[in-house]
Amino acid sequence: MAYALQQLINGLTLGMIYGLIAVGYTMVYGIIGMINFAHGDVFMIGAFVGIISLTALTGITSVPLGLLAAFVLAAVFCGVYGFAIERVAYRPLRGSFRLAPLISAIGMSILLENYVQVSQGALERAIPNLIPGGFTLMDENGFVVQLSWMQISIVVVTLIVLAVFTYIVTKTPLGRAMRAVEQDAKMAALLGIDTNRTITLTFIIGSCLAAFAGVMFLLYYGVIDFYIGFNAGIKAFTAAVLGGIGSLPGAVLGGLLIGLIEAFWSGYATVAYKDVAVYSILAIVLMFMPSGLLGRHEVEKV
Amino acid sequence: MSRALDILKDAGSVAFFALLIFAPFLGVQLGDNNAGNLTLGARPALLAGAVALVFGARVLMRLWQDHRPTTQAAKLSARLKPAGRFIAPALLVFALIMPLLPGVPAQYIDLGVLILTYIMLGWGLNIVVGLAGLLDLGYVAFYAVGAYSFALLAQDFNLSFWECLPLAGLLAACWGMFLGFPVLRLRGDYLAIVTLAFGEIIRLVITNWVSLTGGPNGITDIPNPSLFGLRFAMFPGPGTVAGVFHITPHPWQRIAFLYYIILGLALITNWVTLRLRKQPLGRAWEALREDEIACRALGINVRNTKLTAFAIGAMFGGFAGCFFATRDGFISPDSFTFMESATVLAIVVLGGAGSQLGIVLAACVMIGVPQMLQSLAIYRMLIFGIALVVIMIVRPRGFISERRPTISLGKAQAISADLISQGKG
Repeated sequence: MAYALQQLINGLTLGMIYGLIAVGYTMVYGIIGMINFAHGDVFMIGAFVGIISLTALTGITSVPLGLLAAFVLAAVFCGVYGFAIERVAYRPLRGSFRLAPLISAIGMSILLENYVQVSQGALERAIPNLIPGGFTLMDENGFVVQLSWMQISIVVVTLIVLAVFTYIVTKTPLGRAMRAVEQDAKMAALLGIDTNRTITLTFIIGSCLAAFAGVMFLLYYGVIDFYIGFNAGIKAFTAAVLGGIGSLPGAVLGGLLIGLIEAFWSGYATVAYKDVAVYSILAIVLMFMPSGLLGRHEVEKV
Repeated sequence: MSRALDILKDAGSVAFFALLIFAPFLGVQLGDNNAGNLTLGARPALLAGAVALVFGARVLMRLWQDHRPTTQAAKLSARLKPAGRFIAPALLVFALIMPLLPGVPAQYIDLGVLILTYIMLGWGLNIVVGLAGLLDLGYVAFYAVGAYSFALLAQDFNLSFWECLPLAGLLAACWGMFLGFPVLRLRGDYLAIVTLAFGEIIRLVITNWVSLTGGPNGITDIPNPSLFGLRFAMFPGPGTVAGVFHITPHPWQRIAFLYYIILGLALITNWVTLRLRKQPLGRAWEALREDEIACRALGINVRNTKLTAFAIGAMFGGFAGCFFATRDGFISPDSFTFMESATVLAIVVLGGAGSQLGIVLAACVMIGVPQMLQSLAIYRMLIFGIALVVIMIVRPRGFISERRPTISLGKAQAISADLISQGKG
């Protein structure tokens, strides 16, 4: 029982991070119908901007201020990266045949990974735990269930970010424009929505979410390298597909599920096969629900 | 004058974004001090240089855009098409005699072997992506199945390359069917992510099932192929090629032999594809790519058609994997990452998704050029990534972007590659 509770806590924390990245995937997919393969690498860029800002600010400011600065800087720089990626690699290919942006995105992903490797080295970079401590939830025959401040912070930050994001999507003119473009880009343009601007802003918002996820990943694990984006990106994309691609609540739900599957599989089966478990469950779910858990079922029109 | 100002303004804003983009990575350098803490060093000169480079490149690009002949891109494709009739036989003749030309160093033949391996993989994947229109991001799984089938059969049952080759193809085809079943109902990007997941599952299982596959250490001492039972050895003796034919042994002989094996395998792949396209099965693939619903309405068995596309594509992947294992004599999970799938898919798409000749050209560019850049070490993959993006933007429809359906009612219309997608035609 205690062990299960601990795995539940770990899984939910991890799932929050996956969920944040997955939202970026699903937004971009919803609005222009392409897999943004470079999204996982934007997450990695966010983690690196985070570690660089934290290193630069160590000793200058207090820890909470430094963390705040790291989040803000990561979001700003990742926003710029998202903007530039869309402008350079995807916009010229919009409306082209659909494998073209996919290959361009894969190229962008390889480019970003190697750019970070060349400029910052292939070594793993580590930071100490900046939010130490926590409290004990329960003690069962010597097995202590820990809920650390780090995990609480991650859950709280994610919930705040998602709340702001939900507000933007549901209540603001920008959110309305985004949903309109998602439903029918041509019609939205006819009704006076600047689709190019909306798509650009979608990329920027998605990249900011990935930046938050990246900094939290850095804080949670303490170790990053240039390659973290690949694995996290694939997992998050899996989460987006599992939840039903194009569906924002689905992305968060998918992220949480993937986090839980990973945690429980590592806890009760073998750590080595945790990714195999994630991918197998994805395949099994899609076999029976081809549009994911919360995805809209597409009606085939002839 | 205002034009110049306009260009400068534009280049200035691009340079500003470049500054923002490069600042956290080129502008600073993470390092470690003796106490094991992270340090940060500034690199203003590098940052300034990079931003200046972007500024200059943008100005040049704008100037070039003003003077560019507009119809060039369209013409290239049109010019390539009639030339294709001569290019293909010419390339074939060149491929056949290349190792025999005097003065060709062994390393070029080796490069030829590598390029041909990717051409074969490209042609194999082309059956799935280009003909049947199913987006497969996990093709490397079948390559891995082929390689590991041969390595394990050779290790545990002492089978030779030629005995294992059909078995490897068969096993890969079975895996193609097995993995194909669950994804039959999926469309488009759902299919893409599941095939990607299968590729990762196979790699992870190979990595972790240490007792069977040797795990990350891989399998060594995979036997070389023999010529009708004769070995290629460094010394003449009974049972070796050099001993029987009374020639001096030379490493060149083994490499050239490997070259002709993969050339033969690749040509078989091409021949089978071309033949299948003239038969009901190939026609059904093309029809499936153009319109799945119409296929169903016409009574084409969509399930079997998709499964055979997966199986036949996988079979050629398995052959190529088997060859890869024997060529290197060593395999490990590192050779079967997502990068391989992405490279092969990039070759298919760059070639023009469906064009056999286009894949040859794309494989030469994508595999040959990075090999030439070997000396650039870590910058090689960076350049590969940039090249993928740039080529896609310049020629989004691939090198040879038009092809005709093998059969059509009335006048055959050329179909541009943008119609090749899942269930849309």
